[in-house]
Amino acid sequence: MSILKVNNLNAWFGEHRALNNIKLSFDSNKVTALIGPSGCGKSTFIRCLNRLHEETPGASASGQVILQGENIYVAGVDPVRIRRKVGMVFQKPNPFPALSVFDNVVAGLRLAGIGRKSILRDVAEKSLKLAALWDEVKDKLNQPGTSLSGGQQQRLCIARALAVEPPVLLMDEPTSALDPISTAKIEELVLSLKKEITIIIVTHNMQQAARVSDKTAFFLLGELIEFGDTSQIFTVPKEKKTEEYITGKFG
Amino acid sequence: MSLNPLGDFTRLHYKRRKATNILFCSLMVVSTLIVVLALGAVFGYVLYKGLPAFNWPFFTSLPKPVGEVGGGMLNAIVGSLIMVSLGGLIGVPWGILTGVYLSEYGRGKFASTVRFSANMLSSVPSIILGLFVYVILVKPMHRFSALSGSLTLAIIMIPTIARITEELLKLVPNHIREAGLALGLPRWKVTLRIVLRGSFSAIITGVMLAVARVSGETAPLLFTALNNQFLQFRLDQPISSLPVQIYTYAISPFDDWNRQAWAGAYALIVFVFLINLITRVIFKPTVKGLN
Ligand SMILES: Nc1ncnc2c1ncn2[C@@H]1O[C@H](COP(=O)(O)OP(=O)(O)OP(=O)(O)O)[C@@H](O)[C@H]1O
Ligand SMILES: [Mg+2]
Repeated sequence: MSILKVNNLNAWFGEHRALNNIKLSFDSNKVTALIGPSGCGKSTFIRCLNRLHEETPGASASGQVILQGENIYVAGVDPVRIRRKVGMVFQKPNPFPALSVFDNVVAGLRLAGIGRKSILRDVAEKSLKLAALWDEVKDKLNQPGTSLSGGQQQRLCIARALAVEPPVLLMDEPTSALDPISTAKIEELVLSLKKEITIIIVTHNMQQAARVSDKTAFFLLGELIEFGDTSQIFTVPKEKKTEEYITGKFG
Repeated sequence: MSLNPLGDFTRLHYKRRKATNILFCSLMVVSTLIVVLALGAVFGYVLYKGLPAFNWPFFTSLPKPVGEVGGGMLNAIVGSLIMVSLGGLIGVPWGILTGVYLSEYGRGKFASTVRFSANMLSSVPSIILGLFVYVILVKPMHRFSALSGSLTLAIIMIPTIARITEELLKLVPNHIREAGLALGLPRWKVTLRIVLRGSFSAIITGVMLAVARVSGETAPLLFTALNNQFLQFRLDQPISSLPVQIYTYAISPFDDWNRQAWAGAYALIVFVFLINLITRVIFKPTVKGLN
């Protein structure tokens, strides 16, 4: 069953067109990897899925993005409400400055008006456990989020995104700034989170895409070139371009 | 024998680099020493001159009429406290909000006009701002007042605080804001509770410096609050302030008043020093705990 469907999506930065008529649909409880050379529009694409793209000055988008049956690109839809359902993890770990580990995790709830200590504690513990960080930080909940290691910070950001329980999670190269051990932890995490949510992950690492994803989409110059089962894309791609990219001929 | 064919060259190069390094390090040490020495000299001299009159009655009693020895600056201390607090009450939120606007929302013509004005305003001599308030408030009210004085101080601090706030908020990387937005938080909440919150201690430090700065303003208060030899708390009446009282006493021909002017100067320095110290202790970057 598809939870998120994209039809004729176009995106611009001013005059520059970054996405061209993208059509794609994401199944629930699956991991979809987005691959493609630098500058092909992967980040732009996922930023359209939570309407973050339009926050860039001069940026605009058009088309249909249907989240759980609702087109989020019609007039009157509040992007704030959409972003509660579509969480995001960024390339660089970005814990909120001057907030403790605990406050970082519960920021989404607390700032939405949920103040009950008992609820916040439960959510924090649950999210940190989901993000496989609990054991490492359970004695440091009061320390600044920025005092953790890079890999821990990234998992903290994942916990922060999970705390508001979004059905969809976007991850934009979440491991590109991390060491192999933290990377492996986050990959494991992606696989285990699949039970709960739908994940769309951008990666430059072909092995990573092959390891974690069920489906893979290959982008080139703002176009979706090929989309299919990961096993098929990596073994018998239909498009010549896909094959060339995967085998490292360019990109 | 050297393995490196450029050995001699490199060695020479290395020596030169080392010499340059030593030169600039010493320059830095000397500059630092000069600054510290200047501060020490000012502090020491004012202490030396001010201490004789820096006693309990100085803080608790009002000025005595000319010819009588003794008396203090209670009126000026209270006046300064009132005007700096009220000025801060007006100027600090105003300045911070302007800074937030400039950094978070300010795009286009209007914002650049505001930014330009703030820059201009912060370099306008404060005496002119005093004249401005004289025209808009003192004249219509037909009297000098604590209110006019406070407003003047507020106007002096607003551009400084706005620029400090803007600069500090601009240091917050944009992906922090995006992370907040991506959590499904409205922009104003992200601005207030994440961006501003994250730089709060730095902003407060900057704000307190601006407040300390205006507590020494003299000239603009001459046009607005004037002075008052009596203790008074009303906002619509002329009021004394430490800098103006120091000025009055310092140019007077009476030895006793001169002595008190020095004591006043000392009190002012201590006040400014305390503001700096307190902000540094209270607002050093901390993390709000669980409980
Ligand atoms: N803020 C921006 N302003 C203008 N153009 C932009 C901006 N961000 C991206 N672009 C342009 O949009 C296109 C797509 O960029 P995007 O960031 O989506 O690429 P990407 O596939 O994520 O690349 P990478 O793998 O390097 O992250 C590029 O041509 C880029 O130059
Ligand atoms: Mg990208």
